Amino acid sequence: MNLFAIALRNVFYRPLASMLTATSMALGVALVVLVLTISGVIEKSLERTSNVGYNLIIGAKGSPLQLVFNTVFFLSKPVENIPYSYYMEYLPGDGRQRERERIGGELKDPERSGLYSFLMKGGFAIPLCMGDYVDRFRCVATTPDYFELLKHGDANDLPYTFSSGRNFQDYSEEHGFFEAVVGAEVAESLNLKIGSEIFASHGAESGDTHAQGFAVVGILNRTGSPNDRGAFVNIEGFYLLEGHVAPDRDEDSGLEKAGTATAPERSSKLSKVRLPIEKREVTAILLKPSGFAAIGLEKQVNKTKFAQAVSPIAQIEGLLGVFVRPLRWALLALTSLVCIVSAISILVSIYNSMNERKKDIAIMRALGASRDHITIIILMESLMLALAGGLVGWLVGHALGPLSNPWTMPATGVRIDWLSFNSSLEPFIIPGLVLVGTLAGVIPAVAAYRTPVAKSL
Amino acid sequence: MLLEIANLKKSYPEPSGRRIPILDIPKFELAQGEQVVLRGESGGGKTTLLHIISGLVEADGGSVRLEGVELIGFSESRRDRIRAAKMGYVFQTFNLLPAFTALENVRLAMTFAGRAVDVARAKELLARVGLENRMHYLPSQLSVGQQQRVSVARALANRPKLLLADEPTANVDPANQSRIIELIQSTCRAENVALLLVTHSDDVASRFTRVEQLGELNRAAQQPVVEDAV
Repeated sequence: MNLFAIALRNVFYRPLASMLTATSMALGVALVVLVLTISGVIEKSLERTSNVGYNLIIGAKGSPLQLVFNTVFFLSKPVENIPYSYYMEYLPGDGRQRERERIGGELKDPERSGLYSFLMKGGFAIPLCMGDYVDRFRCVATTPDYFELLKHGDANDLPYTFSSGRNFQDYSEEHGFFEAVVGAEVAESLNLKIGSEIFASHGAESGDTHAQGFAVVGILNRTGSPNDRGAFVNIEGFYLLEGHVAPDRDEDSGLEKAGTATAPERSSKLSKVRLPIEKREVTAILLKPSGFAAIGLEKQVNKTKFAQAVSPIAQIEGLLGVFVRPLRWALLALTSLVCIVSAISILVSIYNSMNERKKDIAIMRALGASRDHITIIILMESLMLALAGGLVGWLVGHALGPLSNPWTMPATGVRIDWLSFNSSLEPFIIPGLVLVGTLAGVIPAVAAYRTPVAKSL
Repeated sequence: MLLEIANLKKSYPEPSGRRIPILDIPKFELAQGEQVVLRGESGGGKTTLLHIISGLVEADGGSVRLEGVELIGFSESRRDRIRAAKMGYVFQTFNLLPAFTALENVRLAMTFAGRAVDVARAKELLARVGLENRMHYLPSQLSVGQQQRVSVARALANRPKLLLADEPTANVDPANQSRIIELIQSTCRAENVALLLVTHSDDVASRFTRVEQLGELNRAAQQPVVEDAV
């Protein structure tokens, strides 16, 4: 028998005490793993999602963080709108003129290029209209560019792909302007298939739905991003829904002119008549300017009266730095305290057993075991309890991770798997347990070391 | 001579700080394979003598030589090694480790001696003491007599030169007493192991040709107790 086998036997000889001691350690480690996993998932999700392939979000003046949460994460309350014509100022090249020809309607100085078009060379601007829901999921009205120009993934290099169907079109002979693409989770939760019809509600999760539906023509593969929870509809169709027509406003006061929020006459669902430019508004514009123009553009836009430009990465980094990371450290400190209490329980358990084991230790000494042998055996027992409890806690922590999905998924869009490794701190758990187990064993080991043999026999 | 003791002294402190001499043995010798019984009054220092010989307790002075090697003055760890390698110890209360089976108790002695565990010898010893069918029993599953037999097998595990037995039959019923003593004596004879056995029992003592009275060997026991003057 070697010293390890002797220590192991001693641990198993006191099954209840050993189990309770190891369980307390397991609970502590499970909490640490859970905190690391959930905070890691949230942080990773925020970091990954903020790197969305566009540099700026343009929206109405207000809270920058709210604009980011609303646009990127589909969270928080929708922000105010800005005119569609303002979106057209960002279209690269002669995009402004082409957009006017495509849509029609009134536009000041229709022949000129967009004010910011010179900063958008090689880039893009994608409009978003938000505020409606499909069941409990956000309804995002946009253009087909959303899935053609944007990418996802850690390196932001993965194109959006469809588990079935295709991207929606600006206009299709089959569905007119009323096509939709849904995220994987939306399709799964609402049991949607290609050909299903979804109905946007009037700006609230439980509100009445619009009469006109959108045909689902594509279901996205799961991306692990908030887009899994989005119902994306063609912006052209969205504008044609009741109540989505922007009223005319008084140029000086900005007040709505009564009776001006009227939609154009359309003969049928397949009619090609669009809502004119002056009746349109957008909630946000996803912007990728050319080269390093983003910084200058952000400053310029923020000097204007009604619009703001926000860098999602900067906002998320700020959120992580101010809130998420400190909170994680606070939670880690708390859970680490639980581990320390568990270590103390190991110490107390082994130390208390020293009294009843004095004779055993003396017998081993009488058989020729040196003080070092005894010290090593006691330290091994402590280590075994810490490691066994820690390993169980680690497994339990990872097993509990998926159970938190109902709370974390809606907020992050990320599903926690059984073995998610989302924290750089996790590799330190095992060395930490070895340290804790050793420290917990030191006092009992010293007591064992000092056991007077002749008196204890 | 296997064991030579000369001018061995040991005293213990009283609460007052005064030291009470327990042992003062001018000379004691034990030959290889010799079997000696040691008798004496309770509290006379018999167990202390065995502890000093085995190195569990340090002497105040004098000499204890085993196979010509002086043990007094050695470090504790060196005494541990010598005890494990050259001595076996049978205790009055058996002192088996409760978490380990009979076979493991015997093997443990080999482990602590730093030797490769000889499972065949451990089994042979247990078979010799009549426990071939109880090798994998825990001490709590064995009778008192069986436990003491395990402790005999354990004491002989490392082929010691000297077996120290401290009242090995004190907790054993009379029927088992003679069997245990016969077992210890015959096994020591078979392995050519010297035996120093402490007992109060006349029956046990009558089985030995050499019986030593500690009171006669120990000058400390011969000194009159002097009361402190008040």
